[in-house]
Amino acid sequence: MSRLTDTHSHENYMQDLSKATELLAEKIAEGDSSEINELIDSIKDTRDKGLYNEIGKLTRALHDAISEFHIDAYLDDSDKKEMSTISDATDRLSYVMNLTDSAANRTMDMVEASLPIAQEIGTETDTLKKEWQRLGNRETSYEEFGSLYKNMGDFLEANETRVNSLQENLTNILMAQDYQDLTGQVIKRVMTLVQDVETSLVSLVKLAGNLEAVTGIDAGEESQKSTPALEEMGIFPTKNEEFVDGQDDVDDLLSSLGF
Amino acid sequence: MNILIVDDFSTMRRIIKNLLRDLGFTNTEEADDGSTALPILQKGGIDFLVTDWNMPKMTGIDLLKAVRADASLEGLPILMVTAEAKREQIIEAAQAGVNGYVVKPFTAAVLEEKIEKIFERVDAG
Repeated sequence: MSRLTDTHSHENYMQDLSKATELLAEKIAEGDSSEINELIDSIKDTRDKGLYNEIGKLTRALHDAISEFHIDAYLDDSDKKEMSTISDATDRLSYVMNLTDSAANRTMDMVEASLPIAQEIGTETDTLKKEWQRLGNRETSYEEFGSLYKNMGDFLEANETRVNSLQENLTNILMAQDYQDLTGQVIKRVMTLVQDVETSLVSLVKLAGNLEAVTGIDAGEESQKSTPALEEMGIFPTKNEEFVDGQDDVDDLLSSLGF
Repeated sequence: MNILIVDDFSTMRRIIKNLLRDLGFTNTEEADDGSTALPILQKGGIDFLVTDWNMPKMTGIDLLKAVRADASLEGLPILMVTAEAKREQIIEAAQAGVNGYVVKPFTAAVLEEKIEKIFERVDAG
């Protein structure tokens, strides 16, 4: 990845400027007005060229940082070339938002489905416990005992279904947490982009500081924002022949390979 | 049955560990990438390997290849559980000798089905 670490041309530029200013001081002392004007023009040209040069480098570095955003440390060169689908950082963060939103909703759906089951079990347990205590105290009539026996049977049978539902809901809550892995991978890549952009911006601030010191003017250049095409990673698949579309596709592919 | 779960995200290791426990597999070990997994495997005593693909240092595919290249581990059943969904990656894993491939996000039922299938084949073989 290219970064603004090469200060060689900037040093040259500073040397040119300092030579020209020394000469200018001499010519002012001599009072040679035509030479003075020529030197001022040449200083201005040098400054403009240096500025455009550095801004050009910055633009390239930012562009490289953004376009290499998709590349993972673990991918080799051949993998890099073969990623082809277009997306951008905003899409990636939208993907993170959608996944966290869906995980939160899946979790809450399961909690909402489980709470009434727990309440039912609680209410029925209270009723049966009272009847059970009366049985223990020998306060239960024969008819009441028949009804208790039936209620207890119904309760145990209903609990089988309830326990299955609760287990299923808890497993679904567990599975909903997979968003942390999937979004974590996307966020890691966005972090790398942010670091690269930060490095480039620090270089721009340094350049601006140097220019101000030499020229005594504000470096108020407005940077143009571009939205360059980015290549996509496997974690963030859209409809694409290169990627399988879900587990069924994986199974089909594997069975075609003799699995 | 000792199972080694390899994934760089601890939440995913925890999810897989819980699902395996529901399926009756209570003896699990964990590693956060191939380079920490390989010594555990070489030490012996692991009967089944569940690994992610995309991990720092040593990836799952490199781990798979290293396991198949090791005479003492070449028969170890390996299930890949990964977000890598490129066809050529699945083909690469198959050619390297993976026993099953599950793409994330996955369901508990899919994991169960793939594990059962692997053991059916291991038992038949």
